[in-house]
Amino acid sequence: MTFNYDEYVRTETIPHMWCPGCGIGIVMKSIIRAFTALKWDKNDIAFVSGIGCTSRMPGYMDMNTLHTTHGRALAFATGIKLAHPEKHVVVVGGDGDATAIGGNHLIHAARRNIDITLIINDNAIYGMTGGQYSPTTPPHMIASTAPYGMVEPNFDIAKLVMGAGATYVARETISKGIMLEKYIKTGLAHKGFSVIVAESTCPIQFGRRNRLADPVELMHWLKNRGVPKTKAAGMAPEELQDRFVTGELFRDDSRPEFTEVYQQVIDAAMKKENK
Amino acid sequence: MVTAEVAAKPKVKKEPPVVDVIFENCKGCNICVDVCPTNVLVLIKVPNKWEGYIAEVKYPEKCTRCMLCEIECPDFAIKVY
Repeated sequence: MTFNYDEYVRTETIPHMWCPGCGIGIVMKSIIRAFTALKWDKNDIAFVSGIGCTSRMPGYMDMNTLHTTHGRALAFATGIKLAHPEKHVVVVGGDGDATAIGGNHLIHAARRNIDITLIINDNAIYGMTGGQYSPTTPPHMIASTAPYGMVEPNFDIAKLVMGAGATYVARETISKGIMLEKYIKTGLAHKGFSVIVAESTCPIQFGRRNRLADPVELMHWLKNRGVPKTKAAGMAPEELQDRFVTGELFRDDSRPEFTEVYQQVIDAAMKKENK
Repeated sequence: MVTAEVAAKPKVKKEPPVVDVIFENCKGCNICVDVCPTNVLVLIKVPNKWEGYIAEVKYPEKCTRCMLCEIECPDFAIKVY
């Protein structure tokens, strides 16, 4: 009955270094269950990350893993995918890693529509470096660099990547692990740039400063902020302020995928050379 | 026809569920205690652990094998057989 995670995990590294109540473990388990459901061979997967708490994940995964520089995970992943278009390339990153430092790589990977799956663990803070605010910190929340509350408006990552050209976008909170697994599975199987935003928790750096230090309390707060897509359709924009829409938000199978388009360029150049 | 098929099937009694908490992995975050719909788990104080708390299976007979605790545990600490 129990699910066996050992096939994709470096078991000698568990217990992991994430704090008690951290949501990254739930995201990692959802990714592993999605890999198992798709029956992917671990030798065919490249698992890439940048720097941060979430980016420690490849250290615990038993597959071809790459731990790269801060924010540049998508740039490295694009290289891997172009060298081996038949392999599966998966990128994980936190909100700071993917949308702040790697923001430019994010929008350009989405614009190209390259067949990479990006899973963003959005815990609304820079956890590893001491709780500085990130582009997704909700307004009025306290961070170590925003002691009087966050004054800037926050990013809606789903809308950002949708506008940039990603062809599969989904968002779910970590309190619904089964739905998260389902979206990750669909995103992995989708041909094109797919982004799954996992709304996650950071009880130590985010919760403690906002009177939500208890992981359970923080999880309930996060769960109440999420609004399912069908319910959000009938809600006024004022009601959706400070909240986010969850579910499968966007899907487009008609746009050409980058490695396929690039193969046409290679074929045309080879033809010209051989003439 | 269908009823005959159902009647012919031998009744297999399912094994009662077993919930197992791995002591080394559990960090006592309380998430499993919160998500369990039948309150199988409780949080107890342990002196010989850095985090100070650990989840304990108190009422295993109440378990319905919904697997929520296993899915929501961030630390690979719960197994439900």
